[in-house]
Amino acid sequence: MKRKGHYLRRVFVWQLPVRVYHWLNALVIVALCATGYLIGSPPAIMSNAEASHRYLFGIIRFIHFVAAYIFFFNFIFRIYWGFVGNKYADWKNFVPTNKQYFQNMWEVLKLDIFMMKGKENRAIGHNALAGFTYFLTFIAFLIQCITGFGLYASMTDWWFADMFVWVSNAFGGDFALRNWHHAAMWFFILFAMVHVYLVFYHDYVEGRGEISSMGGGWKFIEEEVFEEEKA
Amino acid sequence: MAAPENKRPTYYEELRQRGYSRRDFMKFCTMMAAYLGLEATGTAQIANTLLKTPRIPVIWLHFQECTCCSESFIRSSHPIVADILLDKLSLDYTETLMAASGHAAEAAKEKTMKDYYGEYVLCVEGSVPVDNDGVYCCIGGKSAIQVLEEAAAGAKAIIAWGSCACNGCVQAAYPNPTGATPIHKLVKGKPIIKVPGCPPIGEVMAGVLVHIITFGRLPELDKVGRPKAFYSKRVHDSCYRRPYYDAGLFVESFDDENAKKGYCLYKVGCKGPMTYNSCGIIKWNDGVSYPIQSGHGCIGCSEANFWDNGPLYRQMASFPGFGIESNADTVGMVAAGVTAAGIAAHAIATNVKKKKLVDDLVAEGKESEKELKS
Repeated sequence: MKRKGHYLRRVFVWQLPVRVYHWLNALVIVALCATGYLIGSPPAIMSNAEASHRYLFGIIRFIHFVAAYIFFFNFIFRIYWGFVGNKYADWKNFVPTNKQYFQNMWEVLKLDIFMMKGKENRAIGHNALAGFTYFLTFIAFLIQCITGFGLYASMTDWWFADMFVWVSNAFGGDFALRNWHHAAMWFFILFAMVHVYLVFYHDYVEGRGEISSMGGGWKFIEEEVFEEEKA
Repeated sequence: MAAPENKRPTYYEELRQRGYSRRDFMKFCTMMAAYLGLEATGTAQIANTLLKTPRIPVIWLHFQECTCCSESFIRSSHPIVADILLDKLSLDYTETLMAASGHAAEAAKEKTMKDYYGEYVLCVEGSVPVDNDGVYCCIGGKSAIQVLEEAAAGAKAIIAWGSCACNGCVQAAYPNPTGATPIHKLVKGKPIIKVPGCPPIGEVMAGVLVHIITFGRLPELDKVGRPKAFYSKRVHDSCYRRPYYDAGLFVESFDDENAKKGYCLYKVGCKGPMTYNSCGIIKWNDGVSYPIQSGHGCIGCSEANFWDNGPLYRQMASFPGFGIESNADTVGMVAAGVTAAGIAAHAIATNVKKKKLVDDLVAEGKESEKELKS
């Protein structure tokens, strides 16, 4: 089938704050996973230097803590933007509030994951399955922030981090807390792998500018879809 | 502190009877004030109280334990600690150190419990087995839980000595065959101080007792119920090897060059970064050393479930349900491998099942490319 007269319409999907959030988040998550992994399994360094001339592990930990603060406040900002942003940034994209949401999720599963015959993907912002997956990541964010600040609380005098002193006890001590925090890191790594793959996948099979949308904020939809979906 | 009878000798009088000079006494008070982190006037407060107060009755119960707490206590750096606070002199009942035995000992305990109802301090060393009606630990014909409940009823306060009494320690480790249970889960409605450690440091134990005697109330406790003066910092925070940690210089194995240089023991399983205790400051055996100083990592003996969070000689705990050899990273890496394989399979399937769709897009694009001038 040749698509003669195949017009794409430009839609502004991702607002600047959403894009800034996304890339900042990506950056700090990479930094957090890398430094976090090193904190858990430090590299073997044979060195003749005096300890007083080196601060490698201190720097790694410092990066981890700074990135953690950025991660946390960026996350808080995104929640705020879920209430004031455009329709594609709205919190309702992430939380299943009606039956239609689950139906859409099933459609995406059928079409994109199991590759069965189904309706064409017409989602403009997040598709339902992606939205719900991001909701799960928000829960992972929360777990990681609470366990992380819980571990950090005993090292600081700042009231903000000190609000998390209860966490260690709730998890049964720093031993368990540290294991939770460490194991949860793998959720982020697995998520990133699948996320990046699926962005390429959608770009490849749909040709609507999925990858570049997080750069300029634009996505493209078929003119006929636009006419049908018009308010 | 209420003084029940004036004719009972005070702490100071008992000390003098045992041959301590006033100078020894003042040294002891100063040392205790320092351990408790009191200001300079604290010394006078302690001295004043011990001068005027008859000793408080203490019942010390032993359940599932190894007596290392008592051993640690009597090795406290100042002899007065053992002599006045713990020795026969001060204790109304303790299986390990009392002179009496059998019915006489039990009778002495009963008498103290009756005469000083609501006034005595109950010290508990060891966990209490609750499975099978507590048959795993019986003393004088009673099960540990019965003994504990009887003694706790009239106690002014309860001190849980050591990890056994605080969190069950080794005998409560999986699968916990006897149902070993820490004291705070069995006794409700009484102030309980947890002094964890296997054993706790003798000076810490003395400090807790001196605080109760001097101020007539419990020391300030943290969220877990441990005295803040001794358990608010991690072993890691006061470790003399901490600079090596910050520098990223670690012992890789116990017999390598780094071990000889005294580098940080984190990678050979030191649990100092997760363990709240004062080992790095007060140290052990009259301040001689502590595990890390001896070249062995902290095993985290004062933390709940330290035994189940092994292995002791790896910095990463084994991941539950995946065998001893696998930690969170092994599980994570396998999961990542499976995910990568899934992605590869999906990518291949996409190119097969959605070939037409992709071909159309490519064809459309190529067509446009041809129509454009170069």
